[in-house]
Amino acid sequence: MTRHIISIGDFDRRQIDRLLDNAKRIDAQKYDNNALYGKILATLFFEPSTRTRMSFEAAIARLGGTSISVGSVEACSIAKGETLADTIRVVSGYADAIVIRHPKEGAARLAAEFASVPVINAGDGAGQHPSQTLLDLYTIRQSMKLDGINVALIGDLRYGRTAHSLASALSLYHARLHTISPKGLELPTSLHTDLSERGMEITEHDKITDVIKEVDVIYVTRIQRERFPDSASYFNVTSSYRITPELLTGAKKHAIVLHPLPRVDEIDPRVDLLPHAKYFEQSKNGVPVRMAMLLQVMQ
Amino acid sequence: MKKQENPENEGLLVRRIQNGTVIDHIAAGEALNVVKILGIAGRTTESLSIATNVLSGQMGKKDIVKLSNRELSKEEVDRIALISPRATINIIRDYKVCEKKGVEIPDMIEGLVRCPNPGCISNTNEPIRSRFIVTPKGLHCTYCEWVIARDITSNII
Repeated sequence: MTRHIISIGDFDRRQIDRLLDNAKRIDAQKYDNNALYGKILATLFFEPSTRTRMSFEAAIARLGGTSISVGSVEACSIAKGETLADTIRVVSGYADAIVIRHPKEGAARLAAEFASVPVINAGDGAGQHPSQTLLDLYTIRQSMKLDGINVALIGDLRYGRTAHSLASALSLYHARLHTISPKGLELPTSLHTDLSERGMEITEHDKITDVIKEVDVIYVTRIQRERFPDSASYFNVTSSYRITPELLTGAKKHAIVLHPLPRVDEIDPRVDLLPHAKYFEQSKNGVPVRMAMLLQVMQ
Repeated sequence: MKKQENPENEGLLVRRIQNGTVIDHIAAGEALNVVKILGIAGRTTESLSIATNVLSGQMGKKDIVKLSNRELSKEEVDRIALISPRATINIIRDYKVCEKKGVEIPDMIEGLVRCPNPGCISNTNEPIRSRFIVTPKGLHCTYCEWVIARDITSNII
């Protein structure tokens, strides 16, 4: 049976732990750098990507394999009207695994149905982005145990797929969630209900200062300008959700700040110098975590 | 109460059929949706009779659908459970009820309901049919993971 990685919801806790353990071994240089020698990874990115695409390419290269890609979407057959199903069937003949990012939700699930090789979802619209969630968990686990931690989710929690997937995964570890978001960008009710039913404790707060002393992880997401009617209201809102060194003076000593990047104004650059700042480490962790994912599906 | 279900009274509304399927105990007002969900509206050559708001001892009011010369399969009738779980199916042969069964909610439905998420891949020109897992919370799209919790009928294709 072909193995795919489509949604974090397909994983149970044991499977997540095993993958993170493998990533840790890779991070400690305990891996065979020819494990995927001769294997080809196709990267199909129908939406822009910097970190995800480059880290998957770095991951396959470090394991001795190579990657191929379609280049720009404008130049590929999708632009000529080919269905994704056909593209996937064709690319299955060229590569040993496919990494896909697509603007439509469920695109990776469809790709998995038509592919004869493993498919990894690298983000499908507002849907799932499992490799990001796994590297988020991995980064948290570098600093603390995942069980029972207090996690603040800050920013656009309505449309932010990384926050949704992370919240779902954290429910497996009995974490407590604190949400801080502008009006209209709160966690979707359906997800809130779903997480509560799984026993997750979720508290909404108006300000970050209300909860800064309690939390172990501060997970910040970007608030997109287009969600607001004008620039003035955007700046008004974002300034009140900004993470600053002054704010972090009230944080726990071991508390960490994460961000899936790219950041715009959400985190003051002065925070970069503080030990709390782990977002660049988080980004770097994309490579060992994605190497572990590739080994899981391609070996 | 039994008098209200007398076949003669009902006969004034909908004639008995010689052979075919009678779908009884449909929730009042849902008959047209039942026809829609079965995909037989306007596409069948068999005679189709629909009675709505028929007095019923058990249900107060109910709808009935009669389809001549066609015996619906289990897969077809189980779709009805999505909107009317108390419906009963009577297979008629030579004016007699030969088989009587309830409807069961299926585990999965394909190509019947459109995903309401405009961003879902199942709403594009891809060569796939919509597919939902039936859960206690509603219909769960296997592609985008959206859940249709209410008003399933308005999303019937």
